[in-house]
Amino acid sequence: MRQKLRRAVSELGQLLGGTAIGLAAPFLLFLTLVSVPSSLAAGLGILLFVGVVWLARRLADLQRHRAATVLAEPVPSPYLPLPKGLLARARMLIGEPATWRDLAWVLCQFPVGLLSVTVAIGLWLGAVECLFAPLLRALLPTRTSFDPVVLELTGRSGPLTWLLVPVGVGLVVLAYHLPRHLITGQARLANALLGPTSAARLSARVDRLTATRAAAVDASAVELRRVERDLHDGAQVRLVAATMNLGMAEDVIDADPAGAKVLMAEAKASVGAALTELRDLVRGIHPPVLADRGLTGAVQALALKLASGIPIELDLRLDRRLAAPVESAAYFVIAESLGNALRHSGAQRIQVTVTDQGDMLHITVGDNGHGGADPLRGTGLRGIQRRLSAFDGTLRITSPLGGPTVLDMELPCAS
Amino acid sequence: MRVLIAEDQLLLRDGLTRMLTAYGFDVVAAVDDGSQLVEALVSLRPDVAVVDVRLPPTFTDEGLRAAIAARAEIPGLPVLILSQYVERLYARELLSDRAGAVGYLLKDRVGDVRQFIDAIRQVATGATVMDPEVVTQLLHQRDTLAALTPRERDVLRLMAEGRTNAAIAEHMIITEKSVSNHINTLFAKLGLPPSGSGHRRVLAVLAYLDQ
Repeated sequence: MRQKLRRAVSELGQLLGGTAIGLAAPFLLFLTLVSVPSSLAAGLGILLFVGVVWLARRLADLQRHRAATVLAEPVPSPYLPLPKGLLARARMLIGEPATWRDLAWVLCQFPVGLLSVTVAIGLWLGAVECLFAPLLRALLPTRTSFDPVVLELTGRSGPLTWLLVPVGVGLVVLAYHLPRHLITGQARLANALLGPTSAARLSARVDRLTATRAAAVDASAVELRRVERDLHDGAQVRLVAATMNLGMAEDVIDADPAGAKVLMAEAKASVGAALTELRDLVRGIHPPVLADRGLTGAVQALALKLASGIPIELDLRLDRRLAAPVESAAYFVIAESLGNALRHSGAQRIQVTVTDQGDMLHITVGDNGHGGADPLRGTGLRGIQRRLSAFDGTLRITSPLGGPTVLDMELPCAS
Repeated sequence: MRVLIAEDQLLLRDGLTRMLTAYGFDVVAAVDDGSQLVEALVSLRPDVAVVDVRLPPTFTDEGLRAAIAARAEIPGLPVLILSQYVERLYARELLSDRAGAVGYLLKDRVGDVRQFIDAIRQVATGATVMDPEVVTQLLHQRDTLAALTPRERDVLRLMAEGRTNAAIAEHMIITEKSVSNHINTLFAKLGLPPSGSGHRRVLAVLAYLDQ
């Protein structure tokens, strides 16, 4: 009961706040109407206009914040960075749709806020009057100059005033529930007028896609460079060394068969090492087991391969093959996360879960190590982020000092 | 003969040192970093240097640039460049000072030990040795060579690889006289003046091919 009362009071308070914000409207409208024509004539108008917009923006920011709390989703601010200089600033503000949408919102908020608060308070007053109508009739048996509305309406008829009591109960219920919807309605109004336009949203998305595409191209260029470097410094060197040994063996085989044999053994060892390196490289580009068994099999194989003293628990809920690029991205982010956990976390236990949610693959890699994973340091986490962002995926890191660390990854995988 | 080796891969550096020592070279230095290379070349003045194109710190064409820089200070300092792959562009940069005494070989060639040792010696004496791969790249791109007979092409290729008339004759199993006949005809066909010494022939040929 007490809680309900507190809530009802707080909602009325919120509505009053919304009304207070809206009350600025006539003032702002007046100033705008004065400033726009007068700015044609004098510089003072420009100053006035910029000031009005500044004030409108602060009010709008306040309301964005309130609406975001109510709607439990951010209402992004659409403002572009302002240029220096009063004239340039005014010119830009006049051209910016957000300016006019802000003003339109203040103008709507004024009547909406006022009406909301009137209705909310009026309902409570009405409810109370109805509930106490018989009592009022008993207290005020004759006509007075300040007669309550209920007595005037019923003409002091006994049965009618008793009839009003259930109406009062109904009004209490209404007065308790309606403010919530009024508040949500105001928040929606703010979201519609104060959030970015759909064109702005689209352009923000294009910006993000451009950035992630560049990151993806970057990632693949880095990857190619790594492959080239690995080949150049690994297998190729070993093969050249083997060739050199074989050449020297060929040259001395008649004169010094024993020496030639040593050289040939060295060459064989070099070729063996080159093969191992090529195999590792291939595994780094596209692990054969991933191609054969898909993500589930590849992650199981990976866990077996990495198995050391630290147990790796797998919970893989995926029973279909994903598109090859998604599969490979998922595999490498898991491999990288596992590698990080094994190398850096000091964990005793590592858990990997993969959940297929239809259009989204949800991956978590958690460990009970000492935490403190920071994406700004080390390339591992950034690499994961980059791989995911190429697919519009996301990475969320929870890693307080002292642990535990959880990497929460989402990878769109609609087929 | 005093030789300097520049190679960052330990395996190959040791291998080359062992091999050259076994064939009677005196390895005066084995450098593993491009930034010390120019100074080492200039101060040690080896009779010949065997240099890997790609060296630290940049792992790009550090070795090539160091060789060119050293040759700017000591014209004609003999340098044999080794690489995992050959680039026509690099060959041209190497040849551009026209001082001769340069070589550009794929690392694979170290397997043909005698030929490789022979190439080092030739570069040391001022000859130009281009990898058959470079020569093939060049020959493939030239229609002007259509006028040459297959035989003359073979002679041109072997010449570009830095071989003497005698070596070409031996390789093709013909007399030295017919080799020089072929050379004269192909020079005439390519519009080059006949000339004497080994590396100049190659330079002339390459300059023509690469114009």
